[in-house]
Amino acid sequence: MASTRVLARLAVRRTAVRPAGFTRGFASVTDTKAREPISKLGETINPSRPVVPESKTSTVKEPAPAQEAKTKTFHIYRWNPDEPTSKPRMQSYTLDLNKTGPMMLDALIRIKNETDPTLTFRRSCREGICGSCAMNIDGVNTLACLCRIPTDTTQESRIYPLPHMYVVKDLVPDMTLFYKQYRSVKPYLQRTTPAPDGREYRQSKEERKKLDGLYECILCACCSTSCPSYWWNQEEYLGPAVLLQSYRWLADSRDEKTAERQDGLNNSMSLYRCHTILNCSRTCPKGLNPALAIAEIKKSMAFT
Amino acid sequence: MSSMRVFQVGLRRAAAPAFRGNAAGRMVQRRFAATNTISQDSAAELLNKQRRLRPVSPHLNIYQPQITWYASGLHRISGVILSGGLYLFGFAYLAAPALGWHMESTSLIAAVGAWPAWAKVSAKFGIAMPFFFHSLNGVRHLVQDFGIGFAKKTVMQTGWTVVGLTVAGSLYYSFIG
Repeated sequence: MASTRVLARLAVRRTAVRPAGFTRGFASVTDTKAREPISKLGETINPSRPVVPESKTSTVKEPAPAQEAKTKTFHIYRWNPDEPTSKPRMQSYTLDLNKTGPMMLDALIRIKNETDPTLTFRRSCREGICGSCAMNIDGVNTLACLCRIPTDTTQESRIYPLPHMYVVKDLVPDMTLFYKQYRSVKPYLQRTTPAPDGREYRQSKEERKKLDGLYECILCACCSTSCPSYWWNQEEYLGPAVLLQSYRWLADSRDEKTAERQDGLNNSMSLYRCHTILNCSRTCPKGLNPALAIAEIKKSMAFT
Repeated sequence: MSSMRVFQVGLRRAAAPAFRGNAAGRMVQRRFAATNTISQDSAAELLNKQRRLRPVSPHLNIYQPQITWYASGLHRISGVILSGGLYLFGFAYLAAPALGWHMESTSLIAAVGAWPAWAKVSAKFGIAMPFFFHSLNGVRHLVQDFGIGFAKKTVMQTGWTVVGLTVAGSLYYSFIG
C-alpha cells in the first residue's frame, strides 16, 4: 500500500528528469576567460584619465515616446571595470517625465529597468535615510532619492559619482577609505565608570540637546566629497562627515574619553585641513552643519 | 547547467520524495554560473589589481560654482599673489644696490608717473583687488573660527558682501584714492 502511494505520488509529480524544453534557462557565464582582462593589463593606467563627453557617445532613447512627451535628457557618467582600459564616458539617456517618478532616483531606476540594465548605482531606502544613493547631480552632491528632477526639459541633467573618489563602476564609488576613517574616530561610547544608579547613563535635557544636528548624520559622504580640502588630502584629512561624527562623541556628556579623542585629532592633518570652505554645510542633504561641528572641535581644542 | 547535475537532482528526488527539506520547492531559483573559488590572498590580489585601474571621478570641473569654495580658492590665490609680490619686491630691494637698480621711492614714483592712465589704473586695481579680498575674507574666516556665521544663509550673505566690498574698495582706490 505504502509503496503504491509513493509510486502514485511520483507519477502525479513532475517527472524526475525534466525535459530540457521546460527547464528555465539561467544566465551563465561560459566564457570564463573573458572575465579576467584585468590580469592581462599593464599596471600603469592614469586614474585621472579624462571623461569622454556625451557629444561623442550614443544616446539611449525613451523606449516608446508618447504624444506630448516631456522628454528630458540625462547625461550619466559610465565606467565599466570589465573594460578597464577604456575611458570613462558620459552616456545620454532621454526619458519622458510624464512616465517617470518625481525624483532623480526614479529616473535612474526607470533607465535601469526599461532601457539600460547595465547602468549601476547604489540605492536602498528611496527616502533619504540610508545614504546609499549619494551622487553628484547637476554639480551638487546630494541623495538621488531626495533630489527632484528639474521639470524644465530644456535643461539637461548631469549625473556623476561622488567627486574625487575611485570609481568601482558607473555611479558607485569606492567608500573603503571613508569607512576606515569613520572607524578611526571610534564612533561609540567609551566609558570606564559604571552608571551612578547602576542602570542607565543619564543626561540632562541640555546635554541631550547638544547632540541634535549631530546624531542625524547618515554617513552618505556627500559633505566629505564636496570638500576641496578632502579631495586633495583624502589620505590624511578626515573630512567633514567623519569629523561631525567625531564631534558627536566629543559633545556627548556620557563619553569619558574626550581627551583621548582630542589627542587623536591634534595634528596638522586630521582636523586642521579644514579651511572653513563650507561646501559641506551647503550640500548636506539632511540639512546638518558639519562645518559648525568642526569649528566647535577647533574651539574646544584651542580653549582647553 | 550540466545534464549530469540535472540527472542527479532528479534521481535524488525520485529516491526520497518524502524527505525534501526545501519547503519552497521548485520556486527556488538556482543560478548555475561558472564560478571558481579562490583563496583569500588571491582575492585580495585581484581586488588590488582592480583598484589600481579605477578612475578617479571628476571633481573640480564638474562641481557647481558656489560662493563657498570659489571664495576660499580666491582667498588662497590672492594670498599667494600678495605674499609672492611682497617677497619679490623685498628681494629686489635688497639686491638693488648690488645690481645698480633704482628702487628708491622717488624714482619709483617718477617711473609710475610716466605711465599712461590705463596702465596706472589697472596696476592699482591689480594690487588693490587681491589686497581687499584677502583682508576682508580673512576677517570673515577669523570670525568663523569663533563658530559664528555658519548658517547657510549667513555664509552666502557674508561671502557676497566680501565680494561686493572688494569690488567697491578696489574701484575706489584705482580711480579716486
